[in-house]
Amino acid sequence: MSPDKMIHMANQIAAFFNTQPGGDGAEKVAAHLSDFWEERMRRQLFAHVDAGGDRLDPLVLAAVAHLRQPAGQTPDA
Amino acid sequence: MKDFIIPWDDTDFGTPAKSGAPVSLIVDGIEVTVPEGTSVMHAAAEAGIQVPKLCATDSLEAFGSCRLCVVEVEGRRGTPASCTMPVAEGMVVHTQSERVRRIRKGVMELYLSDHPSDPASCIAGRDCELHDMAAVVGLREVRYGPGDNHFQPERDGRDNPRHLPRDESNPYFTFDPAKCIVCSRCVRACDDIQGTYALTIEGRGFDSVVSAGAAGDDFLTSDCVSCGACVQACPTDALIENRVIELGVPVREVITTCAYCGVGCSFKAELNGDQLVRMVPHKGGKANRGHSCVKGRFAWGYANHRERILNPMIRDRVDEPWREVSWDEALGFAADRLERIRKEHGNKALGVITSSRCTNEETYLVQKLARAVFENNNTDTCARVCHSPTGYGLGQTFGTSAGTQDFDSVEHSDVIIVMGANPTDAHPVFASRMKKRLREGAKLIVIDPRRIDLVKSPNVRAEHHLALRPGTNVAVVTALAHVIVTEGLADEDFIRERCDWDEYLAYAEFVRDPRHSPEAIEDLTGVPAAELRAAARTFAKGGNGAIYYGLGVTEHSQGSTTVMGIANLAMLTGNIGREGVGVNPLRGQNNVQGSCDMGSFPHELPGYRHVKNPEVRGIFERLWGVEIDPEPGLRINNMLDAAVDGTFRGLYVQGEDILQSDPDTQHVAAGLAAMDCVIVHDLFLNETANYAHVFLPGSTFLEKDGTFTNAERRINMVRKVMAPRNGYADWEVTQLLANALGANWTYTHPSEIMDEVAATTPSFAGVSFDLIDRLGSVQWPCNEEHPEGTPTMHVDGFMRGKGRFMITEYLATDEKTGPRFPLLLTTGRILSQYNVGAQTRRTDNMVWHDQDVLEIHPHDAENRGIRQGDLVRLASRSGETTLRAEITDRVSPGVVYTTFHHPDTQANVVTTDFSDWATNCPEYKVTAVQVAPTNGPSEWQEDYSAHAARSRRIAPAAE
Ligand code: SF4
Ligand code: SF4
Ligand code: FES
Repeated sequence: MSPDKMIHMANQIAAFFNTQPGGDGAEKVAAHLSDFWEERMRRQLFAHVDAGGDRLDPLVLAAVAHLRQPAGQTPDA
Repeated sequence: MKDFIIPWDDTDFGTPAKSGAPVSLIVDGIEVTVPEGTSVMHAAAEAGIQVPKLCATDSLEAFGSCRLCVVEVEGRRGTPASCTMPVAEGMVVHTQSERVRRIRKGVMELYLSDHPSDPASCIAGRDCELHDMAAVVGLREVRYGPGDNHFQPERDGRDNPRHLPRDESNPYFTFDPAKCIVCSRCVRACDDIQGTYALTIEGRGFDSVVSAGAAGDDFLTSDCVSCGACVQACPTDALIENRVIELGVPVREVITTCAYCGVGCSFKAELNGDQLVRMVPHKGGKANRGHSCVKGRFAWGYANHRERILNPMIRDRVDEPWREVSWDEALGFAADRLERIRKEHGNKALGVITSSRCTNEETYLVQKLARAVFENNNTDTCARVCHSPTGYGLGQTFGTSAGTQDFDSVEHSDVIIVMGANPTDAHPVFASRMKKRLREGAKLIVIDPRRIDLVKSPNVRAEHHLALRPGTNVAVVTALAHVIVTEGLADEDFIRERCDWDEYLAYAEFVRDPRHSPEAIEDLTGVPAAELRAAARTFAKGGNGAIYYGLGVTEHSQGSTTVMGIANLAMLTGNIGREGVGVNPLRGQNNVQGSCDMGSFPHELPGYRHVKNPEVRGIFERLWGVEIDPEPGLRINNMLDAAVDGTFRGLYVQGEDILQSDPDTQHVAAGLAAMDCVIVHDLFLNETANYAHVFLPGSTFLEKDGTFTNAERRINMVRKVMAPRNGYADWEVTQLLANALGANWTYTHPSEIMDEVAATTPSFAGVSFDLIDRLGSVQWPCNEEHPEGTPTMHVDGFMRGKGRFMITEYLATDEKTGPRFPLLLTTGRILSQYNVGAQTRRTDNMVWHDQDVLEIHPHDAENRGIRQGDLVRLASRSGETTLRAEITDRVSPGVVYTTFHHPDTQANVVTTDFSDWATNCPEYKVTAVQVAPTNGPSEWQEDYSAHAARSRRIAPAAE
């Protein structure tokens, strides 16, 4: 997937959860990504974050941090 | 094999059934009890007595014009018509007195004296009610010679001025005025059942004739939509199918289900031997109640179209011609390639696309192929590109993606919102049922950028039409909620009882904000604030409120959010959980509902259960003996992206044409071209097949057993009408492919597949072919709690427990107009064509729509020097195409509209790859475009048609 498209898609998800109450947007974006994004897509997202995360919504960055926490949930399984 | 001829009671009771307090009467000595308001004729039929009749039939209200049905009633004078006379308590009726017999004979004699007497001229034969009735009343001879009459072309050696020529303008049926008895059944069918008002009776008395449209019109040029209701209603052969004229009256019938749209009409396939003569809508069908549209009734000839491919074909490279081979060779070739990909690139390089046109059983097998044989979750379906936001949005708010009602429910609605849907074109039979309710006084609110037919059609007028700018759905829906909440119209009792109150309070605070007021969004949406306020009040205060929506809601960047907004509106007004209300996604294709139910999505096993749940995986792992991947798989557009990246290389596509139906055609083509093995399983060499290495011929719905699930969650039976011309039903082909890959599947009949679904999926636990045969159809959930299915959802509580209000903030799509692309393109469908048109383009439906046109407002056209019918270039940042302009004020200034039924226009060359935030459902409904006059096809179109012609070559068979 082109980086532009991936960034656009990730930011769209963040944009929705940014409008939701509860203050747990990062968890919700993380849950959405692991429920709907296939590993390859998540891997590409992680790589992009590692490369600086250019143009990603801060909520996506926070979500990625979340996704990486639990053991065994590493993206490149 | 099962006996597939299902007997059915087709008794015509003469007048419709009524509901009311019981009334008892005696007919010819037999006591019978019927609901108040029932006609004497209907009551007699209940007692087993058929009163002779001509102008009455139980699909129509009585009219009382022929006087053949007269009876005598003790204590009353005269001979009343039994069809128009309501029953009364204690009434004693005689249907066979000497007096009424005499009257009937006289009536019949008059009819027959103005009707051709030569038996060979009667096409309908045993189907002709006129001749039946002559026999029933015992008329043996007609005493009058043919005097002044309508049926002889010549009288006394001169042209008979009363004789009118046959109207053969409609490609599917013929009207012969000479055979018409002017009972007006056709006129009433067109008015009351179809709601089109295309027919009238012209003239009076002996001069009266049935006429289509205005003077000078024929059936084709009139408003007639070729639904066939009049043909069915006609008691003689004045209106009759051309196929019957050609092939004779069929002698056996099989009940089955239409394979076109999500209404899922039941039909009787009527045959002679194994030759299908006609399809007649089935009165017992609970979705259609005996009605149909032009597609299901007439447009099934594609099954025998010469372009249908009947033999498997393969080729090494897509620039080579196809080679016809045996099934064994084709399957072996496919299996080798798939195995090679798996070895070299891993199992995640393979995937499937299930079809929303195939049966539940076939779809189930295709996703099983991915999960059990490829061992991944790379399965998706074209529902991705239409109703995936419904799944997400309703799942979040109600706990299930299911539409909440059955179609009968509309008969109890008082206010109906139709949003982003065009039922008269896309769901015609449901539209007819809705229009009937509207004529009875229900109010209609249309929310659509375009003035769809429902906004203003004969005897139906929308109370409010909110013609919003494409892409602003969320703003409008939220503003409706704003009005309801701030004006104190919310149903707080319902909300307290059924929904999460705290979430409601947060939601109410959100929508109350003045930035969501109709006034604040007027400039953005183009909807006058006063109109929007009025619509909100009408909906909130008008009684039972029902919302019907379509792809104009889902196919947006904020598709899922709009669905949530709609669910909010229904909860806010307490319009959930009973008849007449609800949230009703109008699904496009016949089995979109079913393909989603069957686990076609990459994150869900059958029954909408996420693959991450170990208990759910366990059910299938134990049954299938494989480990199921706990990770979600790739969605269609993700598969194509991965293909371009080189990590996805093999795809089995059953019954879908992703190249034509998916957005951004050039991107789809690039993805397909990058794969090593594309297997297309279809009826025709569709556009996707241009990039395929293996072609497996498919079977039509007439050639297999199985089930379809319509937009009401109704599981309808599809029954084999004839043997598959390609040799195998589609479920058999998938099984052969799986077995070529070593799967060892042993299904011998689709009923076994449904048994497996029932055994693994709680909402289908009670479903079996036997149950469906017994009940005719069943709406899931069907299980121990609901052994006969569930017409209305969320009756006592939401599926998820408490209904959940969701915050729906409007966010502008990134697809924005600007100086280069100043107009917004939105897309849709028309009645006579279906989806990518692969079937309907191969029928006579082409007389109604032979090309896609671009609707443009006169103002925008004038600015660009475009005249009616001009060839124009339609360009977006994705691509460009050309088509003809249709200048109309149905669209607002700044908006243009087209359909996507024809591959040579390919509206999807122009649509972009933006998609719904939650589900990646493409944003078909908003594309920034420019339109300009041109004088030839775009370069892309020329390349494309050259490429298509090249890829479709089939090598002559080598001997
Ligand atoms: S085919 Fe349908 S629309 Fe046409 S005249 Fe008959 S009833 Fe009316
Ligand atoms: S296309 Fe739809 S409305 Fe028309 S006959 Fe088929 S199921 Fe019914
Ligand atoms: S059937 Fe009753 S008047 Fe014609």
